[in-house]
Amino acid sequence: MRIGIVCPYSWDVPGGVQFHIRDLAEYFIRLGHQVSVLAPADDDTPLPPYVVSAGRAVPVPYNGSVARLNFGFLSAARVRRWLHEGSFDVVHIHEPTSPSLGLLTCWAAEGPIVATFHTSNPRSRAMIAAYSILQAALEKISARIAVSEYARRTLVEHLGGDAVVIPNGVDVDFFARAEPRPEWQGDTIGFIGRIDEPRKGLPVLMKALPKILAARPRTRLLVAGRGDEEEAVESLPRELRPRVEFLGMVSDEDKARFLRSVDLYVAPNTGGESFGIILVEAMSAGAPVLASDLDAFAQVLDGGAAGELFANEDADALAEAAVRLLADPERRAELRKRGSAHVRRFDWSTVGADILSVYETVTAGAAAVAADDRATGLRARLGLARD
Amino acid sequence: MTATLIWILVALVAIGLYLSWTAGRLDRLHARIDAARAALDAQLLRRASVAQELATSGVLDPAASIVLYEAAHAARQAEEEQREVAESELTQALRAVFADAHQVDAVREVPGGEEAALELAEAVRRVPMARRFHNDAVRAARALRRHRKVRWFRLAGHAPFPLAFEMDDEPPAALIERAA
Repeated sequence: MRIGIVCPYSWDVPGGVQFHIRDLAEYFIRLGHQVSVLAPADDDTPLPPYVVSAGRAVPVPYNGSVARLNFGFLSAARVRRWLHEGSFDVVHIHEPTSPSLGLLTCWAAEGPIVATFHTSNPRSRAMIAAYSILQAALEKISARIAVSEYARRTLVEHLGGDAVVIPNGVDVDFFARAEPRPEWQGDTIGFIGRIDEPRKGLPVLMKALPKILAARPRTRLLVAGRGDEEEAVESLPRELRPRVEFLGMVSDEDKARFLRSVDLYVAPNTGGESFGIILVEAMSAGAPVLASDLDAFAQVLDGGAAGELFANEDADALAEAAVRLLADPERRAELRKRGSAHVRRFDWSTVGADILSVYETVTAGAAAVAADDRATGLRARLGLARD
Repeated sequence: MTATLIWILVALVAIGLYLSWTAGRLDRLHARIDAARAALDAQLLRRASVAQELATSGVLDPAASIVLYEAAHAARQAEEEQREVAESELTQALRAVFADAHQVDAVREVPGGEEAALELAEAVRRVPMARRFHNDAVRAARALRRHRKVRWFRLAGHAPFPLAFEMDDEPPAALIERAA
């Protein structure tokens, strides 16, 4: 099958959507499909052979922050050329509502289009204003995929219609086979995420830490992620600060070894999560998981069966649960076992096969993807009008 | 005077272009519904065929075989108006027959059973997918067709008002679990 995948975000900036697309593309290539990924990228970044650059993304203020987007005449032309040269059986767009390559492709393409909605953002003002334009582009999508039941619900509320739920994929064995590192073992709590992003929840964990240390003084907190380390420990009493170790950004290999090593993985995120891939990675590595009870997290953890949940933003509840789990090796072993079994459904072998089923469902009996001349070819329309 | 005329002309052309674009949108949506409906039909038919094959293969006990055969046969023969009911009944029959994980294991153990179970699992998973895609297309078309401009200018032509396909398509849990 000839598959075209559109990535809305810069290939050179690491991010969840980019990793998802990379893994998906490589999975399909291993199965013998032809894959081409269209992504924004700087001209001098080295790209894997299957990625086609759509040019540099332009930073613009959008939706309350600076987003790097591709739009305008040149980008549209590149999208059309990519579609034309690729002659794909199916085009898979990620984040079709962001005003970038995804939306441009929706405009320019005709034929079987599959779209994955990753985020579950509340409806933005721009989206309400541009609703009719958006709708005209989005109604070309033959199949919508949401990454979680929660993302699907937001999608249905904001845009109407329906979607199938296919979770994000993880290479489970990569995490399951990683070697633990002795210096990260022994009464350790792990946290991975941006330190200075409050929604990742490190402040909640810091608030809970004194209580945890009071009950179990030998506990160490290991933090992997970018951000200001001084500021992160500011709320802690000075004598407790040495119990927190910062590892900075870690490589994929180290992340897997980190998750294999820690006695408890804590995800105190306070919101803005539509899936929670890190929980799946932690479970793959066999780490017992304690997470805030966000909708998305509860779903990934099978309603609390594959990992424990605590009331969101409640530091006391977090401390109580963490102390209980650290003191109970049997319960942790049980969580490890359940997590490892539960996580199989997120393995690429399952997720990839599901996405392929979607492709096969929409391409059955449909023509291949072509550049849509009606949408933008004004001359063609005038020609038609004269007939 | 001429300026006014020119402006009126420009406005008329613009409205004409807009209406033609909307008609194009609607046309594309109808094509999408047709393709989605064809895909849904294909998946439903595939599911019924696999079920019927299993029912006649002698892998299942006679009672289960008869229940499954009846439901699959009815689903394949159903008239358009009874289709949703018949397909829902096939779903329920599949759920009843494969309610127990042991039944799935029993099918897998016989020669050729592994493929049959996989095929059935694939089929029961794709039916809800195809149905969602179909109903999503129907929803989009209905939303556009309810719009004033479409009704006033009769842009939809004689195309029938699209209907969603409603049925029970919850797959048997034991079958899906095993395949995953």
